[in-house]
Amino acid sequence: MDFTLKIWRQDGPQDEGRMETYPISDITGDMSFLEMMDVLNDKIIRDGQDPVAFDHDCREGICGMCSMFINGEAHGPNRKTTTCQLHMRSFKDGDTIYIEPWRAAAFPVVKDLAVDRSAFDRIIQSGGYVSVNSSGNPLDANAIPVPKDDADEAFNAATCIGCGACVATCKNASAMLFVSAKVSQLALLPQGQPERMNRVQRMVDQMDKEGFGNCTNTGACEVECPKGISLDNIARMNRDYLKSQVTGE
Amino acid sequence: MTDMPKHSVSLDAKTPEGPLADKWKNHKNSIRLVNPANKRLIDVIVVGTGLAGSSAAASLAEMGYNVKAFCFQDSPRRAHSIAAQGGINAAKNYQNDGDSVHRLFYDTIKGGDYRSRESNVYRLAEVSANIIDQCVSQGVPFARDYGGLLDNRSFGGVQVSRTFYAKGQTGQQLLLGAYSALSRQVSKGKVTMYSRHEMMDVVVVDGKARGIIARNLVTGEIERHGAHAVVLCSGGYGNVFFLSTNAMGSNVSAAWKAHRRGAYMANPCYTQIHPTCIPVSGHYQSKLTLMSESLRNDGRIWVPKEKSDVEALRNGSIRPTDIPEERRDYYLERRYPAFGNLVPRDVASRAAKERCDAGFGVNEAGEAVFLDYASAIERYGKTEANVKGIENPSAEKIRELGEEVVKAKYGNLFQMYEQITADNPYKTPMRIYPAVHYTMGGLWVDYNLQTTVPGLYACGEANFSDHGANRLGASALMQGLADGYFVLPYTVGDYLADDIRTGAISTDSPEFEAAEKGVTDRIQHLLGNNGKTPVDDFHRRLGRIMWNECGMSRNEKGLTQAIADIQALRAEFERDVRVPGRADQFNPELDKAGRVADLIDLGELMCKDALERKESCGGHFREEYQTPEGEALRDDEGHTHVSAWAFTGVPSEAVHHKEELNFENVELKTRSYK
Repeated sequence: MDFTLKIWRQDGPQDEGRMETYPISDITGDMSFLEMMDVLNDKIIRDGQDPVAFDHDCREGICGMCSMFINGEAHGPNRKTTTCQLHMRSFKDGDTIYIEPWRAAAFPVVKDLAVDRSAFDRIIQSGGYVSVNSSGNPLDANAIPVPKDDADEAFNAATCIGCGACVATCKNASAMLFVSAKVSQLALLPQGQPERMNRVQRMVDQMDKEGFGNCTNTGACEVECPKGISLDNIARMNRDYLKSQVTGE
Repeated sequence: MTDMPKHSVSLDAKTPEGPLADKWKNHKNSIRLVNPANKRLIDVIVVGTGLAGSSAAASLAEMGYNVKAFCFQDSPRRAHSIAAQGGINAAKNYQNDGDSVHRLFYDTIKGGDYRSRESNVYRLAEVSANIIDQCVSQGVPFARDYGGLLDNRSFGGVQVSRTFYAKGQTGQQLLLGAYSALSRQVSKGKVTMYSRHEMMDVVVVDGKARGIIARNLVTGEIERHGAHAVVLCSGGYGNVFFLSTNAMGSNVSAAWKAHRRGAYMANPCYTQIHPTCIPVSGHYQSKLTLMSESLRNDGRIWVPKEKSDVEALRNGSIRPTDIPEERRDYYLERRYPAFGNLVPRDVASRAAKERCDAGFGVNEAGEAVFLDYASAIERYGKTEANVKGIENPSAEKIRELGEEVVKAKYGNLFQMYEQITADNPYKTPMRIYPAVHYTMGGLWVDYNLQTTVPGLYACGEANFSDHGANRLGASALMQGLADGYFVLPYTVGDYLADDIRTGAISTDSPEFEAAEKGVTDRIQHLLGNNGKTPVDDFHRRLGRIMWNECGMSRNEKGLTQAIADIQALRAEFERDVRVPGRADQFNPELDKAGRVADLIDLGELMCKDALERKESCGGHFREEYQTPEGEALRDDEGHTHVSAWAFTGVPSEAVHHKEELNFENVELKTRSYK
């Protein structure tokens, strides 16, 4: 298959950036999108030009490092699929494919398609944990039974890979889906109860401080989330946040 | 480089005296401590933030040390432990199936084909239960049964259910647990986190590891970081094969730089080839994807009995489901009736290779076997129909119910398979083939996890210590967290007790200066050599040499040739590699070039180690040493030792040292899973 790639090139956070066009040929359907990018970069390097920088690591849809806004959608056209798991069979021979970085004020561009998502780390640092020391002597694991439904729902929230597709997709660049997934995981489990109110306040405050926008309930984040993280988490977080404000806990 | 003997010496593992079951307890009670006020005066560097690194950094910081943690990814949460799927072992005996610390110890020693250190393995089994307690207290959402208690499943090489899991994302959940513990310490200011940083060298001052040279991968800045001890948790080196289940960035550089500075590399040839991965599909393939071993709980592995069926499958004239039961060869069940589809990984991989080499491979390349869920779907479907009180359910209803159960257990794995292959594994058997997955070899460490360089430690996959010649499934996560949460934080104190009056380590010393200059010069060479060929091209060629000659089976002739080929490849790399861009910018090609250069060096040493080990054991299969049935043939007389290599300049001319392995608590036997 042959494609025309329109790729965002930007030297660094201060650079203005521009779209550039690259024709590419001899691509097969069972190549992943990133393998197609490898082929492109191989050619660019052999031609003595500057290869396209992009983030990637595990290439099996779990590390959350790959990003890319493809034809106007985070991680491309397929649902519940990261860019590294997107295969070229999802495109038609001759297609023009637009490839851009995540765009959000809180995610400055590092170079080309790679962005800085360290704001997510700072949000977790603000409270996305249970304060338990690892070198202590916690209870036997089965001393804390957890109803299966709660455990399953906590697990579903915990499968967030922190890729930032929700932010990139949201017209307000809101990080509510990401933050609420962690808030929910811990709010659903008995281990998370003691710090529950404090946690939601601190994490939401940090989210605001990082410059993410507000949620206006369009639900686009849920649609584009490669792990299918549910909007219910945002509702749960909002309830907890309101409660923490009212009770002043 | 520290002073090193140029001739072979016997290494002392510093294993504590006393009965096996008391060693760790006694040792912990007798090693020196650092009091809390003094811990504040001590700095520790942790390189890598996977399970071992995150848990070590968090634990050291909780204890009071000042920690600097480094990872090359954009966030510590992305380290490759995140991709571990199936589970984590622990001797909890929650299933009341006769499990115990001793049984986990024994299974691990046997699974490792009697090539690991008894004392370390026992300690691993001993702390395994604490890991589960710890993770649950952090809010790790393990799978639970309807009573709200923790669920277990089985993995290869064992006859009990001791594997704790979180669907097919156990590594993700455990790593996010460790990452949250790490984040908590970052927020307290006890850990300074350096993401998108790569360790470029270890700095040794007066014979002790006193810091590292790191490169900021965003700005290209070269930084000096001093510390009283350096802990490497930088993972394994499976990417020496180019195609592996490792992440693209996984590399050996931190461990290799340590090796060049005097740390011995132990058993580098011990490589785990995982039996159930998605087969290679094309030349541009960049990585291979694992299908969790947990799938062997319920899936059955087979190839056709008849060559005519193989032919028909390859030309597409029949589908796998058209082949009737009696024309299928469930070769693992046939060869190993006691363990069946749950034999250890090395055994399952070789059995797949044997069938494919004999011409029964089921894809076009002849390098795939079937992993079939049809009978599990039917079995689960029938049970579910009974539970739901459906009388005389139709075959379709049974299938539907069975598929739901399988989806609940393995849904994300099945989805991943379909995304990659465009085949629906609920309807047709998966095609799988062995692929490089894990490396049991690594930096040599003593009982305290200290390398041969004082003050330099190695944890997790980066060390060699616990898995012998073959790792059992669900034991990598166990070892990473055992080292990081429960072993290193204690043992490092014994060493640091001497440093309470040292004060901060200056980075102005000539040693730091020289190390930094070495790094800068190397980068200038890579950028300025006017080569023509991209880094990946060399990496692919290295991978091909390693897979063909140092992969699932090895022989003297091939290994000797491989060493020569790798040396030629290195010469070509140095002359002709093209690294675009500048040193002072975000430049992933430059990062990759440094890593591939180190993998080339390591590959040469691996072949040397494989050549030296004149026996077959675990993942190391030398064609010259096998039983008439084609099973691995150990040489306990000549090779019950760890090979630890000291760098001398040329990787394959490393000096060979040995640590003799003494088995006082288990009897060396031929491994049998029949």
